[in-house]
Amino acid sequence: MVTLDDLKTPKTNTWCPGCGNFGILMAFKKALIELGLQREDTVLVSGIGCHGKMVNYVNINGFHGIHGRVLPLATGINLSNPNLTVVGFAGDADQYNEGWGHFAHAIRQNIDMTLIVHDNMVLGLTTGQATSTSQQGFKSKSTPFGVIPPMLNPLAHALVSNGSFVARGFAGDMMHLKGLMVEAIKHRGFAFIDVFQPCVSFNYLNTYDWFSQRIYKLDEEGHDVTDRKKALEKSFEWGDKIPIGVFYNKERPTYQDSLPHVKDENLTKLSTKNVDVTSIIKEMM
Amino acid sequence: MIINKLSLLVGGEAGAGINRSGFLFAKICLRGGLNVFGANDYQSLIRGGHNFYTVRADDEEVYSQADTVDLIIALNKETILFHKTELVTGGAIIYDADKITITNQELGRDDIKLIHVPLRKIVKELQGPQIMENTVALGAAIALLDYDLEIMNKVLKDTFKPKTAELNINATKQGYTYAKQNYSDSFDYKLKTVKTTTKQKIFVTGNEAIGLAAINAGCKLYAAYPMTPATSILHFLASVDRQYNMIVIQTETEIAAINMVAGASYAGVRTMTATSGGGFCLMTEGLGMIGMTETSPVIVLVQRPGPSTGLPTYTAQGDLRFAIHASQGEFPRVVIAPGDVEECFYNTLEAFNLAEKFQIPAIIISDKYLAESNGTTQIYDQNRIGIDRGQLITDQYAGEEYKRHKFTENGISPRVLPGTKGAIVRTNADEHNELGYTTEDPMLSTKMTDKRFKKLDALTKELERYETVKLHGPKTADATIIGWGSTKGPIREAMKLLSKEGFKVNYLQIVYLTPFPVSKVQAILRSAKKTIVVENNRTSQLSSIIREHLLKTVDHKILKYDGRPFNPEALARSIKEVL
Repeated sequence: MVTLDDLKTPKTNTWCPGCGNFGILMAFKKALIELGLQREDTVLVSGIGCHGKMVNYVNINGFHGIHGRVLPLATGINLSNPNLTVVGFAGDADQYNEGWGHFAHAIRQNIDMTLIVHDNMVLGLTTGQATSTSQQGFKSKSTPFGVIPPMLNPLAHALVSNGSFVARGFAGDMMHLKGLMVEAIKHRGFAFIDVFQPCVSFNYLNTYDWFSQRIYKLDEEGHDVTDRKKALEKSFEWGDKIPIGVFYNKERPTYQDSLPHVKDENLTKLSTKNVDVTSIIKEMM
Repeated sequence: MIINKLSLLVGGEAGAGINRSGFLFAKICLRGGLNVFGANDYQSLIRGGHNFYTVRADDEEVYSQADTVDLIIALNKETILFHKTELVTGGAIIYDADKITITNQELGRDDIKLIHVPLRKIVKELQGPQIMENTVALGAAIALLDYDLEIMNKVLKDTFKPKTAELNINATKQGYTYAKQNYSDSFDYKLKTVKTTTKQKIFVTGNEAIGLAAINAGCKLYAAYPMTPATSILHFLASVDRQYNMIVIQTETEIAAINMVAGASYAGVRTMTATSGGGFCLMTEGLGMIGMTETSPVIVLVQRPGPSTGLPTYTAQGDLRFAIHASQGEFPRVVIAPGDVEECFYNTLEAFNLAEKFQIPAIIISDKYLAESNGTTQIYDQNRIGIDRGQLITDQYAGEEYKRHKFTENGISPRVLPGTKGAIVRTNADEHNELGYTTEDPMLSTKMTDKRFKKLDALTKELERYETVKLHGPKTADATIIGWGSTKGPIREAMKLLSKEGFKVNYLQIVYLTPFPVSKVQAILRSAKKTIVVENNRTSQLSSIIREHLLKTVDHKILKYDGRPFNPEALARSIKEVL
């Protein structure tokens, strides 16, 4: 069994004291332990931003990629070797700004992986600019007069893109988040969790308190997770009451399921000798 | 009478089956034992416009299209108007006078023959689709050329489903009979089947050859976004992936494609993507990540004229410097430029081996002319190059903690694939230590950069035994032509013509552009009396690369950048001017 000690790395953590990332990191480690996953069989893929350092803080396989590209990178890994459990970590600017173009596609393809977005509604590592989930009117270094357009709604987007698992967590409620992660990783298909992650240095608006006063848990309200329309309705709740938990969870065939010739096939095992292409050559005669 | 030396052009609107009928004609020549070169010319549209396909057939080897045309199949009037001047004296035009009216004034020539065949009427009588007019015309062409109709029937049977084949066989027969009855012996050019002693050859495009080699090399994941002229690799692989346990995926963008192949390579499969200049622009950040993470996909860059969208369906060699330098920062890579359909196959296999062995991106640079033209070549030797995946531990890892980016003598860190018991495989687009953890340490950064560049030394050494350059023609000559990539065909044709006129020229083909084969090029150029660089670009990028590495200024540059390949005779003339 993997222990917290096994998952430790020699790297010194450089997140700000009190950063929401700590909750996400611990929830993930605990989820791995609960799931009994082997370190060798799990791959952590991260993008660029404070979240990206996850790769330095969990001692499992890892690929720290470039800004916004967690999803295609993780897709390449997952398609090549479906025996690996692939968990992608992205930031809100990473996924919803730079990587927005990949978001709907990985979801609709239903790649068998998990995406966890550290959504602090601000750019942290670049010292505080607005992102697409910054609230309208949010003042930052790049938006001194306030953000002009309304914020993106990643959950609604995931739902309308045919997401098979759509959830929201809160870094301030680690045990609840761990539960979501366990469910997401177990889910066969693309599982997406948007995580409210307070940024103690650059987001003066969406603080731990701000979230704590507003969030409530969907599972305590008897929400039907197989009802996409209901889930969509819930995803639009914003203001005094903001839901967290699983919005939608219903498996459908994954991308690999539609590839009968390579279904569940570890393709890395196949390429050792020249592949005979005589039958194609014959057609060229 | 001219036997087995033919240049034929089929022209018409987009959607009229021009490519297909040109290809069919080429195939029947191939089946008759002839050598064939087929090139298409089309515009960026789906219907209308003007498309044409040229076929050159010869009993000797042919490397490119010809400057002139002997026989035109004109399915629209534009074909006659655009190409009448290319027609040789005694040449002929097959057309349907019921559809196309052309006055003597419009034609402006009386040294060519107009061969009317009632294409539309015949197709109507057969109750076939209009597109079949081209097959009727092919039948007429076969009659004029005194060629074997039976071969055509066989090719049609191999190409189409039985019902369509039968319809087309009837159509060709009608065209054939009409021409035989009305124009018997009116054309000086003839084709005869040749009994070859050598093995049956294949007729293949550059893109097909690259795709075929990828399968042969064990490529298991191909990810790409459609972009002319790279798209036919995607089409080719998508049509056969199920037979070869391969995943072919059309991604949302080229950015997704490059990152996907990076991920696949990290996971441990052989993987490839292809695009043209615009898509390659989008891939450059991912390319740098591949360099940094020491992953090893093969990237095919099929050039077309730029900048920007340029001439989307035409050819150019303007991206050489781009391929060599693309991405921020410095890291080793290999850039390989095959020159014909034979090299497209073997160079691709080499690219897969070098990428994995040295854990670097391998870029194959080609262009529209090479990618989409069909050439005749010997059946590929599927085991000639073999598979070398480099230092790879697959089953179980034991010993000290696995270091994905371990410092070694030659810079190559043995690979372990994620999922292997006993090893954690970590890599990082940030500068990293041996374990793949992020670092900002100045000493470590220097050491890690040096580690990556040690691989370049190892690669350069390995390439000494590769055919990184090829010298064609006599060892000593009055002038040495220097080129890379698809100019190979026209250059070799021009050399044939020059040699007939008594000129002694040879041709240095540089196949590996990065790392640049300095000593091999130097050895050849040392004894070169006069150097002439031939390129399809405006700034002669190869000249500047030679200058950079050898401090040598080439004597002459022959440059063409109108989107069209060089024609052999015109090229020979340009070469003669500077001899």
